[in-house]
Amino acid sequence: MADAPASASTYFQVLRRLRAPFIVVIAAYAISITGFVLIPGTRDDGSPWQMDFFHAFYFVSYMGSTIGFGELPYPFNGGQRLWTLFSIYATVISWFYAITKALRELGDPAFSHQIQRSRVSHKIRRLREPFYIVCGYGEAGKVVVRFLSEIGHRLVIVERDPEAVNQLRLADLPGDPLIYPGDAEDPSELLAAGINHRYGLCRGVIAVAGNDQVNLGVAISAKLLDPAAVVVGRVNQFEDTADNMKSFNTDHIVNPFHTFAWHFSLAFSSPGHYLLNDWLSHTDYQELNQPVFPRRGLWIVCGFGRLGKEMHRRLEKQGNEVVVVEAQPDISAPPPGSIRGRGTEAITLRQARIDAAVGIVAATDDDANNLSIIVTARELNPDLFTVGRQNRYRSAPLFAAAGTDIVFNQNRLIANQVINLLTTPLTHDYLKLANTEEPQWANQIVSRISAVVDENAPYSWVQRLSEADSPAFTDARRRGLTIRLADLYREPHNRKKRLHCVALLIRRRDENLLHPADDTILYRGDRILFCGKRDARRRMDSTVNNNERMGYVVTGRHEVINPVWKKLFPAERP
Amino acid sequence: MNMEKVVFAFFTLLALTLNFGFVLGDITDPAQHHAYELFAALVVSLIATVMKFGDRTPVGSVLLASSLVADLQLIAAALVWAVVTQGMGETLTAGTTASIVSLSSGAVLANVVSVVLLMMETFVARR
Repeated sequence: MADAPASASTYFQVLRRLRAPFIVVIAAYAISITGFVLIPGTRDDGSPWQMDFFHAFYFVSYMGSTIGFGELPYPFNGGQRLWTLFSIYATVISWFYAITKALRELGDPAFSHQIQRSRVSHKIRRLREPFYIVCGYGEAGKVVVRFLSEIGHRLVIVERDPEAVNQLRLADLPGDPLIYPGDAEDPSELLAAGINHRYGLCRGVIAVAGNDQVNLGVAISAKLLDPAAVVVGRVNQFEDTADNMKSFNTDHIVNPFHTFAWHFSLAFSSPGHYLLNDWLSHTDYQELNQPVFPRRGLWIVCGFGRLGKEMHRRLEKQGNEVVVVEAQPDISAPPPGSIRGRGTEAITLRQARIDAAVGIVAATDDDANNLSIIVTARELNPDLFTVGRQNRYRSAPLFAAAGTDIVFNQNRLIANQVINLLTTPLTHDYLKLANTEEPQWANQIVSRISAVVDENAPYSWVQRLSEADSPAFTDARRRGLTIRLADLYREPHNRKKRLHCVALLIRRRDENLLHPADDTILYRGDRILFCGKRDARRRMDSTVNNNERMGYVVTGRHEVINPVWKKLFPAERP
Repeated sequence: MNMEKVVFAFFTLLALTLNFGFVLGDITDPAQHHAYELFAALVVSLIATVMKFGDRTPVGSVLLASSLVADLQLIAAALVWAVVTQGMGETLTAGTTASIVSLSSGAVLANVVSVVLLMMETFVARR
């Protein structure tokens, strides 16, 4: 298990275990052949005859495999037949033994597992495109894997649970992800999964297992084995895991409970920031989310687990009075004044002063309980603001039907965060900058974005002004054109019209230009974070990839730039 | 003492001694090279090869390789013998005997390498 799997050595291991049957077969043949050579035979005419090795080998060979045979070259005498009898049993039994043993070795699950791993590992070594390693195919892993493979990333998935591996095989994912059935905690398995790929093609490692210990192990070995790879680690339970990951330079740490509670607290202090974070950190929103306005006052938190604790802390920080309802106060140690109970019965909720409350958080780890809490609480106080924790993917329609104001889905949140960190790291940097600004500032940005989008949620993307991604831009720069941000905003077919998008951030080497003005001059290598309609991206792409359109949006003239067309049609188009 | 090592060394050494015994004598004289000896050398050599399966150390690989070489040489010698006496129906001449014996002497060399490696490994392990 410990050494790196390689197919050749695996076969040698099997050969080693088959030594005994091999030797038994050789011995049976050798003894039988020697017997036939030694026993005197009789010719047709009665004269004595001695079989030689060649004929003995010939005879034993076909005797062992097919018992319907003749006696060659002369009919055998009694002694020879006696020996034949012995040889038949000796060779047939030894063959039988060897074959069953070989089949058992080959059918051994440990061996087939080993073979499979070495096959996948071989495929990984032969990869010639960048890839990500995803460790753990649980609820969160599923979403991450599906999304990343749908947008065209090559993935290597490390999962030790055979059940999950089977699910993964049947999942029918695009882009042929490679499934490595192994334990991500073991560094040698990570090596076999390609973490230090010889062409440096491993772009990043995503540790999204349900177990903190596994994620920590992956984060540590990933950073040690390949310092260049981006490592994203998920923290489920323990704060010290996050600290430990940080000390190993893990690039991004995802703690869904922490993130959600922090994000929710923004709704109190700065609804603009709340909305901005909501828009930019979700990759799977279809409809535009309306701003939420939870009121300050008495809040009830049902369940003092990982989410309950974070929510309690954040809500109190925002100046709310918080009552905790907890079924097992001896274990989770809620603050004094907490109510014992599950929160699913009216009696407990009344004890928690539901009539006076403005909001309730159903934060237990059981979906049925959470739904029951929300429905019961709504009956007792219809004006409540409800936050529900959805643990299972399947419960989503139920939470929607119960009229939950905000649903916390741990796995979706993890997936969204991971995807954002990997695909648009600029968003992450932008939000970091934006979150230090005043609420007033955020409101302005939100209204600016709202002005360009319709009923769909805003879409954000990064435009790279590089040779590969925007060839027309770099060409135009080479021809000496000055290109401003305003030019990129222009419609490629009618430059008087403006695309429905806003630039949020320009990254120029290590410098960040927050909310650049329209007359900002753009340079090769700039990366721009845009937010707006999905359609605007397509149009902008068509500009930066086409020399004529690029020339048109900058100068307003339809110049023919392609030298061949210039020769053929020298006249300038109107 | 380890029984597996004894058996291993026994077969490696026996392959060499039997092989040597067959080769010993006038290279052209069929009477001095008996078929039984060649057969015994071949069988023991095959068993020695199987014993060397699965050892993945560098020395183990060379041991296996040298053993395979010995097998190949001995099988070639046996084939020459069979083709001449059975396929062409002739008795052994001085020329064919010489080629059979020289093929087997190649196997002796390979077996010597095996034994030397085995001894070297033993001495290194002692230290």
